[in-house]
Amino acid sequence: MPSENGTPQPVNMPGDALMAMRDVTMRFGSRTVIDSLDLNVTAGEKLAIIGPSGSGKTTILRLAMGLERPTGGWIRIDGRYLWHVQRNEALVPAGDRQARRARRAVGMVFQQFNLFPHMTALQNVTEPLVHVLRMRRNEAHERANDLLSRVGLATHLEHRPAQLSGGQQQRVAIARSLALRPKLMLFDEVTSALDPELVGEVLNVIRDLAHTTSMAMMIVTHEITFAADIADRVIMFDQGRIVEEGEPKVVLREPQSQRTKQFLKAILER
Amino acid sequence: MTDQVSRTLQDYLPLLFQGVPVTLEATLASITLVVIAGFVFGLGRSSKSPFLRWPVGLVVEVLRGSSAIAQLFWAFYVLPFFGVELSPFVAGVMVLGLNGGAYFSEVVRAAFAAVPKGQTEAAIALNLSSWFRLRRVILPQALPLMIPPFGNALIDMLKFTALLSLVTIQELAYRADAIRSVLAEAGPVYGITLLIYFAMALALSVMVQALERLVDRWAGRTHAGDSAKRRAASSVPRWAFRP
Repeated sequence: MPSENGTPQPVNMPGDALMAMRDVTMRFGSRTVIDSLDLNVTAGEKLAIIGPSGSGKTTILRLAMGLERPTGGWIRIDGRYLWHVQRNEALVPAGDRQARRARRAVGMVFQQFNLFPHMTALQNVTEPLVHVLRMRRNEAHERANDLLSRVGLATHLEHRPAQLSGGQQQRVAIARSLALRPKLMLFDEVTSALDPELVGEVLNVIRDLAHTTSMAMMIVTHEITFAADIADRVIMFDQGRIVEEGEPKVVLREPQSQRTKQFLKAILER
Repeated sequence: MTDQVSRTLQDYLPLLFQGVPVTLEATLASITLVVIAGFVFGLGRSSKSPFLRWPVGLVVEVLRGSSAIAQLFWAFYVLPFFGVELSPFVAGVMVLGLNGGAYFSEVVRAAFAAVPKGQTEAAIALNLSSWFRLRRVILPQALPLMIPPFGNALIDMLKFTALLSLVTIQELAYRADAIRSVLAEAGPVYGITLLIYFAMALALSVMVQALERLVDRWAGRTHAGDSAKRRAASSVPRWAFRP
């Protein structure tokens, strides 16, 4: 909560919150995209975020990744503040170096894949391992090989992104993020740019991850069945605010809010 | 009569050809400055800080918006009054290089802008350093886009060096003109001069093509033998690939 003089004060919270946002506000010019958001994600939790386009869901993920600096409030990941350092019980704004430390615990998969087009699938995975984790090339190679096999691309290691289908590219992108072993993975509408017949292969990979790993996930999606299947908790987001939140069987099957009902109806009748 | 002129011209040819290395030196020096100034101006203009963006923008507009000849005379005749005494060669190369750099800065800016923002964001999300981001992610995608316009700039510079004849540099055009006035006939000597310029331009453009392949390979844009493999695998009839 902001104090009287506007400096954000740290708040005691349950120790198990892997990612915490407090009073986070994001404005672009005069437009408020995120409005005083409080959000916790516990270790291992699978959180699905649904809501109409332009509601701010993607911005939540971009904030959690540290791609945007919030206009107000603070974000803490795995015990580190993204844009602040703690000094004498108060939070002092900090720069990109602090953000870079906090980002280590987070990985993100984008709607447009964003693979490096001039590198092979294998290089896309190994380069960050070598340059961020300082792994030796042969170890990085081994880990990349394992992960690419796991997402079904063992035979496509030497392919460039342009030689891969959208679904394959997205699976490489997932492997690339996983390789750095984040504690929190962010999935930003990862199937929205795919041909309908390729959506399944990507969702299956994520479903498998959700069921077999203890990584926390924040998933922005329009795939309601998928969200119901893997999420521990669902948030319905609209106009920069949480409209409704709870277990998937409640929010997705028997929503209380009129807005959620209306949104789900529109999506399911598509 | 014609016979005599061509024999006399022959006597002067060595003198003409001695202009070639001068022209090439000036071209090389100018294009180096073009690239350096192009990057400095281009990156300055795409800076987030208005304190950098605006002054650089002003410099670029002044350089592009005023006559190169006027700038050249200014550097050569006016600067000494302010105590800046430059040799004709340095003054000439500075003006040509900064002028070309002002144009090339737009090439640099556009090439960097053409790399999708998602590339930077992915690099940040992977926690890659800003140095890696520039060197291994952005440059390999931006640099190949700059090479064809660089070829244009290079040949432009070659031809612009003729302006240096106006500030007493004895390069190719200067000598051609001198020989013309001695021989009192323009056709043959200017004809040969045109051919020499053309040969130099051709050589430079072949070199730029080689550079383009080199940069593409550095940037990982093409596999060796990639297109041959693709052709072999393609069901399109072979004749369709003929140029």
